[in-house]
Amino acid sequence: MLTILFDGIAYGMLLFVLACGLAVTLGLMNFVNLAHGAFAMAGGYVTAVLMNRYGVPFLLTLPLAFAVPAVIGLVLERTLYKQLYARSHLDQVLFSIGLVFMAVAAVDYTMGSQQQMIQIPTWLQGRVEILGIQVGLYRSFIIAVCGVLVVVLQYILTQTRFGSRLRAAVDDPRVARGLGINVSVIFAATFAVGSGLAGLGGALGAEILGLDPTFPLKFMIYFLIVVTVGGTTSITGPFLASLILGIADVAGKYYVPSLGAFVIYTLMIVVLVLRPQGLFARAR
Amino acid sequence: MQSTTAETVRTALSRRGRWGLGEIAFWLVAAATLFFLPERHLILNEIAIIGLFALSLDLILGYAGIVSLGHAAFFGLGAYVAGILARNGMTDPLAGLVVAAIAGAILGFITSFLVLRGSDLTKLMVTLGVALVLGELANQMSWLTGGADGLQGISMGPILGLFEFDIFGTTAYAYSLVVTFLLFVIARRIVVSPYGLSLRAIRDNPLRARAVGIPVNRRLVAVYTLAAAYAGVAGGLLAQTTQFVSLDVLAFHRSADVMLVLVIGGVGYLYGGLIGAVVFKVLQDVLSAWTPQYWQFWIGLILVLLVLAGRERLTDKARFAVKRFFGRFRGKRPGALPSTSAREI
Repeated sequence: MLTILFDGIAYGMLLFVLACGLAVTLGLMNFVNLAHGAFAMAGGYVTAVLMNRYGVPFLLTLPLAFAVPAVIGLVLERTLYKQLYARSHLDQVLFSIGLVFMAVAAVDYTMGSQQQMIQIPTWLQGRVEILGIQVGLYRSFIIAVCGVLVVVLQYILTQTRFGSRLRAAVDDPRVARGLGINVSVIFAATFAVGSGLAGLGGALGAEILGLDPTFPLKFMIYFLIVVTVGGTTSITGPFLASLILGIADVAGKYYVPSLGAFVIYTLMIVVLVLRPQGLFARAR
Repeated sequence: MQSTTAETVRTALSRRGRWGLGEIAFWLVAAATLFFLPERHLILNEIAIIGLFALSLDLILGYAGIVSLGHAAFFGLGAYVAGILARNGMTDPLAGLVVAAIAGAILGFITSFLVLRGSDLTKLMVTLGVALVLGELANQMSWLTGGADGLQGISMGPILGLFEFDIFGTTAYAYSLVVTFLLFVIARRIVVSPYGLSLRAIRDNPLRARAVGIPVNRRLVAVYTLAAAYAGVAGGLLAQTTQFVSLDVLAFHRSADVMLVLVIGGVGYLYGGLIGAVVFKVLQDVLSAWTPQYWQFWIGLILVLLVLAGRERLTDKARFAVKRFFGRFRGKRPGALPSTSAREI
């Protein structure tokens, strides 16, 4: 029982790291980016390739799993995404679906369609018993990493100058620009960090979520649930939402496997119908 | 006193309701393919079905401004309903279609209340969620739907008791084309009616539409139900003509594809879906012959380029060119017509 809770928390943390970039672009910048999973997939593949082909240790691949998607994100933001900020949601949806299709086919072409295996280091394998609970080491590792990330993100967003600039730029780009804030640089940086975090999440989660070319499509819905259910005005909303989603998903699969993902989708619809702004957000 | 505004609106609507030369030519060409492209009937059949499906999406997206990523829900429901009916002995195709339409309409009516609230994003998520829930249901209820193996053993009776389905797909294509045409005519009649005009008012500005006395929610529920019925028929056609239904009919890529089809053809006018279906299928055919596994890449690229280049500008331009071309035969300036331009959703 507690083990399930623990696994659920690890899963939820992972989802949060994967989705928090989306929480900013979609939630704060109001850009419907369905291609977010593609960045996560990029991170996962960076780790897989480095480990399996070049024998780089797992931990050393993680910074690269962050950096590569971040750079890709930065380039795409500067060249393509920024032209679509002002467009209609339909255009953004179409554009990002197009990107997903391209990413899926490109990865399929270069890497093959099979599952990628990531061998986590031996000191992270296995389980230990703490206070009578079976605890997976790798999952504790994920919780630790993601927990640190959450705190850092929350700190940056609420306490630093960059955070307040970002919030200002999101709330009203024109006024922010008038106050001398370089909005496009802030957006680009945020987008890059969001993509990088997704990549990191993809690398960390490859062991748990699996990694194959259809990754962006398979998990797109999960990211979107986190952001829409969590509400889009803060970072704590998505965080709580991903924890709930993670625990519900793990528990659901364990206790009522026949219902599958049914529970989660239904819950999402109910929440969105009752509270279109999200669970943890004040109505704007 | 008969107000002059009502008079103007009436003439404008009836003018718009008139069939143009281009439209007649379009359907004549479609009918001609029945006789001149006999070896292509299987793919033409698919084109007609996808065209009808895209037409139904256009009703809610192009005319009412509801963004949906889960339109496959109704398509899949129609397909399963028609398939299950046929497997259980009700082999009359037309009756199957009617039931599929009713099933789609019922689901559409129920779920329409879910899309009345919230922003574009909420609508996207809710429609997507509905399709996913249905997909899960179809997967779990394998005693009814065949689950992942698909629904097999569908055998259809002759249409109207006269025309047997043949292996070349000729009957199937004729059947799909006629159904699509009839439903198109109805949809065309609807969008040029005052009702259709009120839908466009809602799309362009819901707040203002409500202020001038349009019952916004009722109109949206009605059009959503209608579109769902259309999608149900399209799904039913697919099940009956291919005699097979798989979970694929409810998959996400169905919803994404139909949106792509509509966008290629142009949102907000009825031929968009049909033209888009032709272009999409031909593209898919060419690309998958060229790179069997990776044609999705090129579809994605086209989508990205289309959006970046400004899809509305492109389709508007193309439409204008067509209008001018056919306007010349009539010896009339086409620019005088109030254009039914696809506006921002």
